[in-house]
Amino acid sequence: MNITKNIHEWLFSLMPETTASIVEMVLIAVIYLAIFAVAGLYLVLLERRVAAWFQLRLGPNRVGYQGLLQTMADALKLVSKELTVTIKADKFLYNLAPYFVIVTALMALSLFPFSKEFQAFDINIGIFFLTAISSIGVIGILLAGWSSNNKFSLIGAMRSGVQTISYELSVGLSLLTMVVMTGSLQLSQIVEVQKSGWLIVQGHIPAIIAFCIYMVAGTAETNRAPFDLVEAESELGAGFHTEYSGMKFAYFFLAEFINMFIIAAIATTIFFGAYLSPFGITESIPLLGVFWFLAKTLALVFLMMWFRWTFPRLRIDQLLVLEWKYLLPLNLMNLILMALMVLLGLTIKF
Amino acid sequence: MDATTKTNNFKSEEYFINMGPQHPATHGVLRLLLTIDGEIIKKVEPDLGYIHRSIEKMCERDSYQQIVHLTDRMDYLSSHINNEAVCLTVENALKLEIPDRVKVIRTIIAELTRIASHTLWWGVMGMDVGALTTYFYGFRDREMINDIFEETCGARLTMNYNIPGGLMFDIHPNFVKRTKEFIAHFKTKLPEYDTLLTGNIIFQKRMKGIGILSKEDAISFGASGPVGRGSGYSCDVRKHHPYSAYDKVTFNEVLKTEGDTFARYQVRVMEMWESLSIIEQLIDNIPEGDYKVATNVVIKLPEGEYYQKVETARGELGVYIISTGTKNPYRLKFRSPGFSNLSLLNHIAVGGKIGDLVATMATLDLVIPDIDR
Repeated sequence: MNITKNIHEWLFSLMPETTASIVEMVLIAVIYLAIFAVAGLYLVLLERRVAAWFQLRLGPNRVGYQGLLQTMADALKLVSKELTVTIKADKFLYNLAPYFVIVTALMALSLFPFSKEFQAFDINIGIFFLTAISSIGVIGILLAGWSSNNKFSLIGAMRSGVQTISYELSVGLSLLTMVVMTGSLQLSQIVEVQKSGWLIVQGHIPAIIAFCIYMVAGTAETNRAPFDLVEAESELGAGFHTEYSGMKFAYFFLAEFINMFIIAAIATTIFFGAYLSPFGITESIPLLGVFWFLAKTLALVFLMMWFRWTFPRLRIDQLLVLEWKYLLPLNLMNLILMALMVLLGLTIKF
Repeated sequence: MDATTKTNNFKSEEYFINMGPQHPATHGVLRLLLTIDGEIIKKVEPDLGYIHRSIEKMCERDSYQQIVHLTDRMDYLSSHINNEAVCLTVENALKLEIPDRVKVIRTIIAELTRIASHTLWWGVMGMDVGALTTYFYGFRDREMINDIFEETCGARLTMNYNIPGGLMFDIHPNFVKRTKEFIAHFKTKLPEYDTLLTGNIIFQKRMKGIGILSKEDAISFGASGPVGRGSGYSCDVRKHHPYSAYDKVTFNEVLKTEGDTFARYQVRVMEMWESLSIIEQLIDNIPEGDYKVATNVVIKLPEGEYYQKVETARGELGVYIISTGTKNPYRLKFRSPGFSNLSLLNHIAVGGKIGDLVATMATLDLVIPDIDR
């Protein structure tokens, strides 16, 4: 984009190269933090309105127009709350845990191609980086459960470890299935390939299977219902974040929503052509790419919310059976199917 | 490090955990002392008494009219039926001839109460297994029943509508119309319950084959109501010892033989259909007549022992009165369904996971004030 190019040149003309690039990095970080906060806040609102819609309620609609400022008010309340620590908690780890969760969520956000130029961090191992980052997030949850020194939290953390490690396999493998088609892990490259048709169309049957598996495993990765065993309100109170209050709790809460956004955004990038418009109708206006990206992502986010407000929770052993006995073998077979298809040139290209 | 200490690192150890008295799944102030090995339940020990109000002792102090309103505070979800139990005991002791109108109205109201209780249970049951939406569906339908009650007796939870000798007031002119509206409404909504929750594969996997209670155990633990009937134990008081107008209506006693949580779940859902049919049979022909018979202002029961049991939404509620001929009972004992149903929790929950315990407890449909009294 021209504006960014202008700013870039202006910065570099103003000061030495290293200072300029540092300033640039800070600027980008601030922009992404803003995106993070806004996305988090409005996803919370969206979730509450969607939930209300499913549950014969109205949801928050009083603070601001249609409740648009509701989460702002909630955030203000959370900021002003006391940060409690239990006496027997391991204070260092207890305070560290929320940052693990939130920082990994933020780092993952920087990879997405919101539009052709709007991508902060385009490394050649993009997808690998995403899966790696998302598995670091679980350390935060484990630490939170362990350091709270609460048995309910510990059970929650235990479940979280088991769950995330299992379902990461499926997330990774289903993404790998798609990578077989693109031949690259770089996100911009993957989008480039989709100019001749979204990957879910190009890869037809195996791609659709991979998408289904990805959505199931992705929901499990974010610890959302029907896989919310980590929190499991009716079983564990609030699971790993039982002992957290105020802003520390809000970090976990926000991270859950950002993670949901990330899972949906990965699916958008890999399966639905990221910022590409359907049938190339608005390719002449690159700025609309952001719109398409967000529209597709939010549609998938809505799907995940739909899951949450419809399905009961699985039991821990059923969760593992689903992954290890069904999803994983299916995934491996799907990977071979996809490889064969690519080898035989059976993909659909426009 | 030698070999034994090495293996000790991987030895699993049982640990103790307090579930409640403040816990979302215990639906009140019930405290469960759990011994757990990882996720597996080794022992469940209910600890009661957190909401004990010595209702039975208070009854010894109160007149028989006053006792009725104390029963509202026991199983608050079937308060009409609790009221009825005490009233029936007193009326039987006094050998009062109760008008048919009262009997029919009592039956209709009892069945409405049963539906209200079961819809609430259904909503909360869904929440316990993680489906949060059910709660609002259940409350939507319960709300209509509460409105009917509010119009007729002025209360939504602690009704205090039955009095020894009949009813406190006559039914509201809108009662019949609104009850019919509710039946029409609920008949379209009850299938939604099945499509939302019963048919869900995750729900069925969660519910089937856990918390199994055999018929013999159900009988020896004194299980009653849907808990007993889920195990194939025919224990419906309405069927075996009809009171009020239950001998005038035809209905099926819902029985399931599996004895697992899903059977108990199905029994309750089917019972809502049966209750609807009972109301339908009665609502069009409420006999004309008095809504109460006059009793002495100070009721004195003749000396002796009296027992009457009714079927509440949770099972068999028994009222046992020993009278010495004074205006207060010498001793009054409630046989509450929740207490006996809770006693079998350890028996059926051991060996399951924490999630199973919550689901099992949900199908026992515990109301803690009913257990603690």
